[in-house]
Amino acid sequence: MAELLLELLSEEIPARMQTRASDDLKRLVGDGLKAAGLSFTDARTFATPRRLALVVEGLPAAREDVSEERRGPRVGALDQAVQGFLKGAGLSSLDQAEKRDTGKGEFWFAVVTKKGGPTADALPAIIDAAMKALPWPKSMKWGSGTMLWVRPLQSIVALFDGKALAGEVAPGGAMKPIAFGDTTRGHRFLSKGDFKVADFADYAAKLRAAHVVLDPAERKKIILAGAQELAADAQVALKADEGLLDEVAGLVEWPVPLIGTIDAQFMDVPPEVLILSMKTHQRYFATTKTDGTLANRFIVVANNAARDGGKVIADGNERVLRARLSDAKFFWDQDRKTTLESRLPALKGIVFHAKLGTQAERVDRIVKLAGEIAKFVPGADLRQVEQAARLAKADLVTGMVGEFPELQGIMGRYYALGEKLPAAVADAIGDHYAPAGPNDRCPDAPVSIAVALADKLDVLTSFWAIGEKPTGSRDPFALRRAALGIIRIVVENRIRLPLGAFFKAVDLMDFFADRLKVQVREKGGRHDVVDAVFAAGGSAGGRSTGGGEDDLIRLLARVDALQAFLGTEAGKNLLTAYGRAANIVRAEEKKDKGLAVKIAGTSDVALLEQAEEKAVVVALAEVERALKPALAAEDFAGAMAAFAGLHAPIDAYFEKVTVNVTDRPDLRLNRLKLLNQIRATMDQVADFSKIEG
Amino acid sequence: MSAPAKPTCFQELILTLQDYWAGQGCLILQPFDMEMGAGTFHTATTLRALGPNPWRAAYVQPCRRPSDGRYGENPNRLQHYYQFQAILKPSPPDILERYLGSLDAIGIDTGLHDIRFVEDDWESPTLGAWGLGWEVWCDGMEITQFTYFQQVGGIEVELVAGEITYGLERLAMYLFDKKTVYELPYNRADSEVPLTYGDVFLQNEQEQSAYNFEHADTEMLFRHFADAEKECGRLVEKKLPLPAYEQCIKASHTFNLLDARGVISVTERQSFILRVRELAKACCEAWLMTQKEAA
Repeated sequence: MAELLLELLSEEIPARMQTRASDDLKRLVGDGLKAAGLSFTDARTFATPRRLALVVEGLPAAREDVSEERRGPRVGALDQAVQGFLKGAGLSSLDQAEKRDTGKGEFWFAVVTKKGGPTADALPAIIDAAMKALPWPKSMKWGSGTMLWVRPLQSIVALFDGKALAGEVAPGGAMKPIAFGDTTRGHRFLSKGDFKVADFADYAAKLRAAHVVLDPAERKKIILAGAQELAADAQVALKADEGLLDEVAGLVEWPVPLIGTIDAQFMDVPPEVLILSMKTHQRYFATTKTDGTLANRFIVVANNAARDGGKVIADGNERVLRARLSDAKFFWDQDRKTTLESRLPALKGIVFHAKLGTQAERVDRIVKLAGEIAKFVPGADLRQVEQAARLAKADLVTGMVGEFPELQGIMGRYYALGEKLPAAVADAIGDHYAPAGPNDRCPDAPVSIAVALADKLDVLTSFWAIGEKPTGSRDPFALRRAALGIIRIVVENRIRLPLGAFFKAVDLMDFFADRLKVQVREKGGRHDVVDAVFAAGGSAGGRSTGGGEDDLIRLLARVDALQAFLGTEAGKNLLTAYGRAANIVRAEEKKDKGLAVKIAGTSDVALLEQAEEKAVVVALAEVERALKPALAAEDFAGAMAAFAGLHAPIDAYFEKVTVNVTDRPDLRLNRLKLLNQIRATMDQVADFSKIEG
Repeated sequence: MSAPAKPTCFQELILTLQDYWAGQGCLILQPFDMEMGAGTFHTATTLRALGPNPWRAAYVQPCRRPSDGRYGENPNRLQHYYQFQAILKPSPPDILERYLGSLDAIGIDTGLHDIRFVEDDWESPTLGAWGLGWEVWCDGMEITQFTYFQQVGGIEVELVAGEITYGLERLAMYLFDKKTVYELPYNRADSEVPLTYGDVFLQNEQEQSAYNFEHADTEMLFRHFADAEKECGRLVEKKLPLPAYEQCIKASHTFNLLDARGVISVTERQSFILRVRELAKACCEAWLMTQKEAA
């Protein structure tokens, strides 16, 4: 068993591309090995800013010849098919193939033998193919070459069983080929010259000696441990940021965390601004004090062990941060000279979407919507809701949000607080974009809830109205997120909002139902039960769209009750009984298009001949009596319990009563009416036909 | 022999870079004598990046960005500043090492500082050009833009040029530890007439900012834009790409002035950029034709 070591050394690879590239390299080489019939026990890849490395263990030293049988076209098939078969099998004529009867006719067969031989002979082509297929998000050519790579490729280590493979990569043009070899380089500044490597263990050890930590996971550990130690020495705590840690680990081969100080003059700028500026512009980690607030120290990770222990580097970074934060402080000071209210006219100059007008027009819509929604949000002060909605987008025209778009809302809140606007208004401005995702905080204050709902409902209905609906994976305006946001706000705060009153489009309610189903399913619920409840008639609140349920709280309560009921013996029996009744009615409706009208309403008591029929009518009346108040009180468990007594009479009915009595059309119609009545009664709670047995 | 002295003032920074890149086989050219937004507009970069001929040049280019003017009140934002540009075509395999050599020459000791290559893809919508590369950081500060040109004037390059652009004022502020650009020593402190950057340029920043934002005659500028656009097209037809390209540069700067005066709306802005790009494309195509004919 032998080892393959591959290292592709290049100029600096963007941090965000390294993980994906090393995964791709492993997959592509692995696939190539498998396709060549080469098995292996393990493959691992590593990435640094300058290199992708792959080690494959447990490869055989040589391969056996492999014979493979291929079936070709039917004997007598078109020449084109035959030629294709010959070419694919590497044959020159049909004389080299054989006819065989497969039982489904005579077919041509070929036996293709793949020559075996030393593994080292097969590897260069596999490496070459993997490099050509590696999908960099953006690639370039360099020098006079034509080869595409993420940045100029400099050298390749390709060792099998300790020996350099014979092979090269030609960048093209007048450029020298890059030969496979056993030589690489260490850290750009902390190591001089080339060195030879013998195998992976030797490679990793020599790299470390040359100030390169090959494994990104180890670099992350070093950064984290070093940063935590520096922070602890300064009596602050490192503010965790996994995304930043990943990025920084991709920017350094030899991580050296250093600590610096934020100039005191900037500490009254909102912490979100400082953290974001340090992170996005400088890739610094923030630190916090024991009370959780932002501390005046930051951690920078250098890619160099400087002679002076990093003093010059730390000083330099502090200076750069001063310049950066001066900009931020400038915006903070400037922005506060203008009230949010007086910024509103400027929103007329910002196009929200070509077909949906300006931000000012959007604000008008949100104000109106928020006012209507506020009626359904207990404790929401209408004046505050309208004020917050009107000012919610004003920070888009501040200098700070111009510089840091991610701070939209957050800055509006600070500026509102600075103007001494009510805290509820400021918070609503700050919260109205939330929740941005399943893990984001959900607004819970009444004013915030109204504005956040209005913001999302406007996005949904507006884009829906211009036909910009999400399709498949395409959802450029994040409408799914908006719908999920509405669901979360409504459900988590138990807001009784008749959604149908705000939608014009029927398919928008279906879109909601789909999002809700996903949510219910994720929590272990049954999506068919959601369907059944959504389809049920009767909305107590506003104008319902398809006659379906549009109050999410009531809907979920029904889902819970129905799901619990269906788990009981009585529920299962009733579902069976319902199925029989519905099937018969449906079958008859198919034969007679006009039947539905004829069997609407209640059955005629005078035509009830058998005791079992009368029993069902009595049972239904009882259900109705219990159901009405239970539904009105939204006691869905109670409503379900009312059904419990229904299945026995129905079962007896089906046992004794013939519905389709051929000689008595009046009797038949009345009996169908009764079955339909069963269906209608039960459909008040949920459309049981949607329940999957 | 002792190492050459490190620069101590703005002009020594320029002289050192010129000297260094001359040693790397670059022609030392002079600034292009027209207003432009970046050193890339110089024919020594835009046009020479195209075609089959190798090219190496370095030069200082004054850059004008009318809307960046701050009446001399901002420590480092200027409507007129200098870039030092080196272009090596085709990019040699050791171009990064050569670049790092230039840092050593100007006094950035890589044993004491933290030099980083941070992904930065460059694109110029007006020139129809793009490339991949990095911004180079020194202790967290961007000191250089490094780009491998892939396309210019909408045309894919035959030989890839490596373009190295130093923002001189910012670099000098860092090297000489000054909080504002105006405090930078322009010449040596021990000169007979020692002057600062502010002595030379502060009044210019004040007056040009006033011109850019308040006094530029927009009606005239719109006319100039249209004239330059027309003239450019006419010259391209006459197969005179170099004079045509000058009209393109003129149109581009005129657009920047109009933009600074705030008389171009968001939607118009895009169409102006496209108009300049069309000119740049036509000039580049015409230039390439003359290069091929000469070959």
